[in-house]
Amino acid sequence: MKALVFERNLARFAASRVVSSLAGSGKGVSVAPLRLTDLEAPALRGPGWHRVRPRLAGICGSDLATIDGHSSRYFEDLVSFPFVPGHEIVGVIEESFGANGAIASSALAPGARVVIESVIGCIPRGIDPPCSACAQGRSGGCERVGFGHISPGLQIGYCADTGGGWSNAGLVAHETQLHAVPDELSDEEAVMIEPTACAVHAAIRAEVNPGDTVAVLGAGTLGLTTVAALRSLTEPGALFVGAKHPHQRRLAEELGADTAVPPAQLGRAVRRQSRSLAVSERSHQLTGGADVVVDCVGSAESVTEALSIVRPRGRLVLVGMPGNIRIDLAPLWHRELILTGAYAYGTEELADGTRRTFDLAMEVVARCRLGRLVSARYPLDRFEEALAHAGAAGRRGAVKIVFDLRRAPTGRSDPSTGTTRPAIRVASKPALSLPRRRTRVLTTRPRTRKEATP
Amino acid sequence: MSPRPGFVLEVDGSTPPTLFWHGEGLRLERLPLGSRVLYPPEPLDPLADPAGAIRHALEHPLGGSEPLKVLLRPGMRLVIAFDDVSLPLPPMRRPDNRQLVLEQVLDVAAEAGVDDVVLIAALSLHRRMTEPELRHALGNRIYDAFAPHGLLLQHDAEDPTNLVHLGVTDLGEDVEINRLAAQCDLLVYVNITLVAMDGGHKSVATGLASYRSVRHHHNARTMALSRSFMDQDHSELHSSNWRMGRLIRESGVKVFQIETTLNTDTFPEQFRFLQRREWEWTGADRAAFLAASKGLKSVPERISRSILHGVKSPYRMTSVQAGEVEAVHARTTENVYAQQLVEIEGQADVLTMGLPYVGPYNVNSIMNPILVACLGLGYFFNLYLGKPLVREGGAVIMSHPTPWAFHPGHHPSYIDFFEQVLSETTDPAEIGKYEESFATDPWYVHLYRTGHAYHGAHPFFMWYWCAHALEHLSAVIVVGGDRAAVRRLGFKPASTMADALEMASDVVGPDPSVTHVHAPPLLMAQVS
Repeated sequence: MKALVFERNLARFAASRVVSSLAGSGKGVSVAPLRLTDLEAPALRGPGWHRVRPRLAGICGSDLATIDGHSSRYFEDLVSFPFVPGHEIVGVIEESFGANGAIASSALAPGARVVIESVIGCIPRGIDPPCSACAQGRSGGCERVGFGHISPGLQIGYCADTGGGWSNAGLVAHETQLHAVPDELSDEEAVMIEPTACAVHAAIRAEVNPGDTVAVLGAGTLGLTTVAALRSLTEPGALFVGAKHPHQRRLAEELGADTAVPPAQLGRAVRRQSRSLAVSERSHQLTGGADVVVDCVGSAESVTEALSIVRPRGRLVLVGMPGNIRIDLAPLWHRELILTGAYAYGTEELADGTRRTFDLAMEVVARCRLGRLVSARYPLDRFEEALAHAGAAGRRGAVKIVFDLRRAPTGRSDPSTGTTRPAIRVASKPALSLPRRRTRVLTTRPRTRKEATP
Repeated sequence: MSPRPGFVLEVDGSTPPTLFWHGEGLRLERLPLGSRVLYPPEPLDPLADPAGAIRHALEHPLGGSEPLKVLLRPGMRLVIAFDDVSLPLPPMRRPDNRQLVLEQVLDVAAEAGVDDVVLIAALSLHRRMTEPELRHALGNRIYDAFAPHGLLLQHDAEDPTNLVHLGVTDLGEDVEINRLAAQCDLLVYVNITLVAMDGGHKSVATGLASYRSVRHHHNARTMALSRSFMDQDHSELHSSNWRMGRLIRESGVKVFQIETTLNTDTFPEQFRFLQRREWEWTGADRAAFLAASKGLKSVPERISRSILHGVKSPYRMTSVQAGEVEAVHARTTENVYAQQLVEIEGQADVLTMGLPYVGPYNVNSIMNPILVACLGLGYFFNLYLGKPLVREGGAVIMSHPTPWAFHPGHHPSYIDFFEQVLSETTDPAEIGKYEESFATDPWYVHLYRTGHAYHGAHPFFMWYWCAHALEHLSAVIVVGGDRAAVRRLGFKPASTMADALEMASDVVGPDPSVTHVHAPPLLMAQVS
């Protein structure tokens, strides 16, 4: 079984950083420490664990940052090598280790189609009692990310023990991480649930009051799903989006933005709406501005822009993953801004009670038909093309690029759909040992090139 | 030898290529055989003694007005308003007509013992003038005598404490003008009439008015009903200003109007070929054309812009008249027509024009796409008496680079108008719903009042100027323009004049008749 494996190799990491800086995101993959290898499926970790074979697995901006060599060193101790990337996953339960050897829930029985909350909190880690965040269902805020019986790893896709989505071999996940996918949702819609959950969490963290002016910077997957979530879950008076590319602006408006403009025009649009002044004729710094700015880019430029267009005491939400960037925080201090991050998902406090973020995300995906954001599918062995496409998605008129793992070499063909179905079996006991570094590099280049599924 | 009148050339096989302005550049285009080219009259002989003519005008006013010196007395409050930087185009060499007139008015006032004198630049909703621009218009002596003492003011249409509402016309138009001008004992207005629309009651009723007042005639309806607004008998813009002007007069505001006209001697010696007919170009003219066109093309745009905006026109005064507003303006209009009118028979299917680097609202600035549209469809299209040069349902082809570029200090609201309003609609009747939010935008108000920005509503006015043309035409094509900017305007981009003519024929039919306006120097077509 094939999987893409990311190893700790500082020389290749640096080389990838150089190449991607010069040639563009996704172009450093040929020198990155990423290899297509034969890989055994990870062992089930114990009761409540399931083996899931991915059907579609998305390529996220954080994946690209890792492969490009641009991810923050902050994460160094929060991941374990080697790992199989891929945390936006829809798959099928292939093997389950239920409590007392029985299947825990019929919804999570082998054969069930599931999406995965990739964050690995206290419960999957076997930490009891869980930290206060996990006790409240906020696994994204887990305080024990690097602890427990699983190697460090923020999420499936960054952990050596669980496997990840970019794999035909499958991965393992705890039942608390799994959500059955309703039949009405296609695989394309389902694979959008995880990124949409991040967006839903961000929209709620934005604490938008009815009538607020909200600006979203960036209209890649995260920006567009955030627009959909903001429009679905909050009541902004005006929702602006700064989007580089025409198709992004079109989609942003279709998903609920009142106005989508090129990034250079966003400040002026917000100024007009908020009736603000600018500090001076030559300055982009507004004296007032948007009540809430959601940065879905995470670059120095975007954070600086966000700081310049949010009103005093306004709220700035960082959703895009910032790395080591240099910004002037004087406006944050002077304007008494509230700067907050929005990471992952868990349980959300709503006016009418608590909801799992993934449940809300499923509703948003269905209502907004977010499966349309899946622009291209690639087989695993064309990973270099896939990553280059993802790195240039905006310029190439795309949004979300995914690996299509439905034509796996194992399993049997479903004559009705032409897709493959997983071989189903139930394990009788847990794996006793958790060997690390069981991978073997076979090749650095794909052997065959097949057409990407349109 | 007396100057030759305007001329209509029919293009034949021996006609040399025709000169087109193209923003900061120049082009030679071959027009189809049978096209007609409208050349302006040669410059009229200027007044031999402008100072004497001014003195005579002040002493022998028109319309039953008493001579200026009779109207002046010690202890009175005298306000002298003057046209702003939008006139004339290009700016004229020193001494400017305003300086010549003002010096004599101030001399007469001094002789009469008037010492309470305030000068006001009649900006209306235009940008404030810079010190060099004021010095150029008024001369250093006047500037230094008034400005340091706070007696040289620029009208502020957004200063509620310095505006006074005089009433409402029969048609419900608010008349609100500058308080100092309204409450002084005598208001002298010093004008330069470059085109027939300038001057008359418009000087005070628009130049010294508030936004509240100006919006009554600067709107899509008025502009669409002004056919043309250079034709006083068929201009709703003119009628509205006349209603307001008469109300101002009836309110007790005493106006002594001084209007001057210019000849069409527009370009200095090194650009003299611009006002010669191509078949009469000498070797020196051809060399000057080559040097100018190649030179301007070879330098960055900001350099060519700077070179051209540095051009000072050798305009000379052809008339000066003073006294009662309407009588003065009637005489002024006759003098403008005497210089600019060119008779032409019949309308064309296609009207072509080469748009220059400067219009009334981008002196020392960038001609942004909205101003390109306004210059072509607002000004050039409307330079007619009788009927438009192009038939209803015809096409206009304009040559201009139309860069997606704006002067952020002069035209801040234009940027937002272009990005936010024209992306929604280009229909002059539709855009009005956005006007108030621009007019009252505190940032634009601040920049208008304290910086050098046009009023927030000004880009709307520019688009309204186009209303008549947009209603009349089936297609507007821009040759050599930034394609995205041209499309945002709702026009069609073309790479060459040949392509543009081909595109136009799709709209107006094959083998269209073509008329080209060879301007500037400015002309006004009398279409029979």
